[in-house]
Amino acid sequence: MTVITPPETATLAAGPAAPSTAFWRSRGFPLIPVAILLFIAFVAVFADVLAPHDPQIGSLARRFRPPVWQEGGSWAYLLGTDHVGRDVLSRLIFGARVSMIVGVTAVLVAGVIGTLLGILSGYLGGWADQVVMRVTDTWLALPALTFAIFLAAIVGPSELNIILILGLVYWTRYARVIRGEVLSLKQREFVRLAIVAGCSKRIIMWRHILPNVINSAIVLATLMLGVVIVTEASLSFLGVGVPPPKPAWGLMMADGKKGLMVGYWWLTVFPGICIMLMVLSANLLGDWLRVKLDPQLRQL
Amino acid sequence: MSQEPLLSLEHLSAHYVSQQGTRVVRAVDDVTIRLGAGETLGIVGESGSGKSTLALTIMRLLPTAARIVGGKIMFEGENLVDKSDREMREVRGKRIAMILQDPMASLNPLFTIGNQVGEPIRVHEGVSRANAWERAIGLLKAVRIASPQTRVAQYPHEMSGGMRQRIVGAIGISCEPRLLIADEPTTSLDLTIQAQYLNLLRELQREHGLALIFITHNLGIVAKMCDQLAVMYAGRVVEQGPVSRIFNAPAHPYTKALLGSIPRMSDNRRQLTAIDGQPPDLSSLPAGCSFAPRCPAAFARCRAEAPPEFAVDDGRTARCWLAAPGAAQSLAAQAAK
Amino acid sequence: MKQYIIRRAGYSLLSLFLLSLTIFLFVRVTGDPTALLTEPGASADDIEAMRHQFGLDQPLWVQYWHFIASFLTGDLGQSFYYRTPVLDLYFQRLPNSLLLAAVAMALSLLIGIPSGILAAVRVDRFWDSAGKIFALLGLSLPQFWVGLVLILVFSVYLGWLPSSGSGTFLHLLMPAFTLGWYFAAAHMRMTRSSMLEVLGSEYVKLARLKGLPEALVIGKHALKNALIPVVTLAGINLVVMINVAVVVETVFAWPGIGRLLYEGVTFRDFPVVQAVVVIGGSMIIMVNFLVDILYALIDPRIRLES
Repeated sequence: MTVITPPETATLAAGPAAPSTAFWRSRGFPLIPVAILLFIAFVAVFADVLAPHDPQIGSLARRFRPPVWQEGGSWAYLLGTDHVGRDVLSRLIFGARVSMIVGVTAVLVAGVIGTLLGILSGYLGGWADQVVMRVTDTWLALPALTFAIFLAAIVGPSELNIILILGLVYWTRYARVIRGEVLSLKQREFVRLAIVAGCSKRIIMWRHILPNVINSAIVLATLMLGVVIVTEASLSFLGVGVPPPKPAWGLMMADGKKGLMVGYWWLTVFPGICIMLMVLSANLLGDWLRVKLDPQLRQL
Repeated sequence: MSQEPLLSLEHLSAHYVSQQGTRVVRAVDDVTIRLGAGETLGIVGESGSGKSTLALTIMRLLPTAARIVGGKIMFEGENLVDKSDREMREVRGKRIAMILQDPMASLNPLFTIGNQVGEPIRVHEGVSRANAWERAIGLLKAVRIASPQTRVAQYPHEMSGGMRQRIVGAIGISCEPRLLIADEPTTSLDLTIQAQYLNLLRELQREHGLALIFITHNLGIVAKMCDQLAVMYAGRVVEQGPVSRIFNAPAHPYTKALLGSIPRMSDNRRQLTAIDGQPPDLSSLPAGCSFAPRCPAAFARCRAEAPPEFAVDDGRTARCWLAAPGAAQSLAAQAAK
Repeated sequence: MKQYIIRRAGYSLLSLFLLSLTIFLFVRVTGDPTALLTEPGASADDIEAMRHQFGLDQPLWVQYWHFIASFLTGDLGQSFYYRTPVLDLYFQRLPNSLLLAAVAMALSLLIGIPSGILAAVRVDRFWDSAGKIFALLGLSLPQFWVGLVLILVFSVYLGWLPSSGSGTFLHLLMPAFTLGWYFAAAHMRMTRSSMLEVLGSEYVKLARLKGLPEALVIGKHALKNALIPVVTLAGINLVVMINVAVVVETVFAWPGIGRLLYEGVTFRDFPVVQAVVVIGGSMIIMVNFLVDILYALIDPRIRLES
């Protein structure tokens, strides 16, 4: 979701949509968030081994079984079953894989494009800068979710498409921040020395500029992870995300809505908790990184 | 001083304590100063010597990280340290006023001059808005601002720097305080304006019977404006007394060095004299006299023990072992060995 | 001042142009425009007729010109599903979204601003920490989750509030809260940081030195200055809210623009999707422009800049 801050300068200054927990006193290493993220990654990688059932096959006879601790539940289906009898736990586990893959890849795609364009735009200036900046401003005016829905409606949903779409939607946030960094880096001594020494533009950008903006890019990436996952889940929830029957947490919640009125709460709550844990962890980690890697990045 | 001093700081100390309580910065340490009604006191020191903190301490407006750890602030017979925050608000702006260094930053950009000048009057004396507005115009006149009727309705950014500082001065005297503390009021003004402003302050002082505390690092201003002088170093007052006597015969090596470092037209020295070394880190002061590391006249005792304030002559003190009674003789004796 | 307005206006126009270009290009170049712009289930002849009607066999810039021209004249196409002009549909639904956004915005400001002020004034103490948690959750929790949980608690278990539809004030409560929480957090964060900055300023220091009561220092001197960025942010967010409410409106079946978008996507009603996106983006660009102007009006410094 975009929250556009009031323009102080001539540009629409939209920061990354990630929450700024900057005022969180992040002194210690965020052990729990990192542990949670690693755990989710672990589950995603070893899903085939960990999941007790096939996430895509269900039997109508076993539909809407509640979690084990409620009446009617069984140990075979720890967290219950959904409307077509599929095991919720297994779907959650495989859903982790989808979330991880889509989330991380999309963030990487957006990051690579955004960083590259940010460096080019910031360093080269001139019309390259103008073009990139105008496009960035305009695309930032469009709320991410709306934009993503639009693109998904055009190209049709598939896992790859979703990744590309999310990358397209979010690179602008990188570009803006990285460009700002590059602009101030350009003034620094070591860059000027390199120019005077006759280094080509490409070498300067690759050898001098890039390593110095990596920190910001990493921090942004972690902060973006949470946002991207929420957007992906929202897309799935609306039916334009990763297509069924592949289990995606957002999709599970969309399906779960059907049973909500009758009290089948586990179909909605568990996927939601997973999403929430992943997003919160990513945000807390990103924020700790921001403070750790460079206090200057506080303006992110 | 024949009568009761207007302001009397007695062994006042204020420290900054870090959040975990590990680092203590002795920003103001054992400060004893007396000021009579209508007198002008100059407080001089390098940046970080504690002079601004001292001013805020008197006003009881220290930031949350700092607190008064000892001593008294006797003002008109009352100890300000004992006062509650609500009681202090009666004092601030009304009985003691303060002027800050940067006039542009001191004025709220969103409110008119009249609003800001009249504000303390409205709050302390409860007069109506219209009344306060009229008084504001009168105050602008008193600080020699031309066409006060127009100016009073304008905004701070429409004024020049000198005008803004006068306005801040007007705010200061608006409720007829007994004491005005000016924290480097001319530092951000052009040189040509500085003299005018200082003259204005002197006139106001005469007209209103104000006592003035002038915080500055500029000894020239002290010479021109002040009767009394207190020299601060590392949070402590190292020398105190009438300006002329200190200027003629400084007792403390630091004061000597400060006076000596002012380049004079009549000087035929080739180099500027500076004081060796750096001001100390207030969170880890050396044992002994805090000036000892940089002092040309330091001897063994200076490094071992911090000197108390000694009376040099009537009305003058210096915090130096050299000023101790009998110090001159013992030094001479040592030299003779 | 005039210079400023002209500059900003030029900017916004450029952004509008780029927005339309982006949307146009994406549809024409990346997708299969014919499939998108014709109804599902049309015969081959119909498709060919459509292709000609939309000028899809003509050079790109001619197509773009038609695209812009038709939008500017208010022809946003016909909805396949509803068989009415999209523009009519849009304006039919818009009031509902406006209502929802207005209530959500009111909630977000009522919660966000006071808590931001409180957090700043009591920085690093209890209320600040409580505020931070509230903000963290508000900014992290996906809207659909919040909405669904609210339905679970208040409709299913407690039975106090209706879970979907519109009509009464009760219908409005949960969607407005769900939509508003994120923005309440954003507003709180902005108020807090703006307030902290202002509280550290010299004029606030002087206000205290004048002996003003703390309530006046904060209420008069600090607040007006601190609220400038917050108010402008809120203005923009109102329009943003209308456009990001798609999830909330879907969860609660609230008949607004967001739900229209959802329907457009679900029923493959592309003209609707396209229209919502174009209008949404344009709205935001325009409100940014308006807020810029407003900013100049509030802050006397900018007014006299030229």
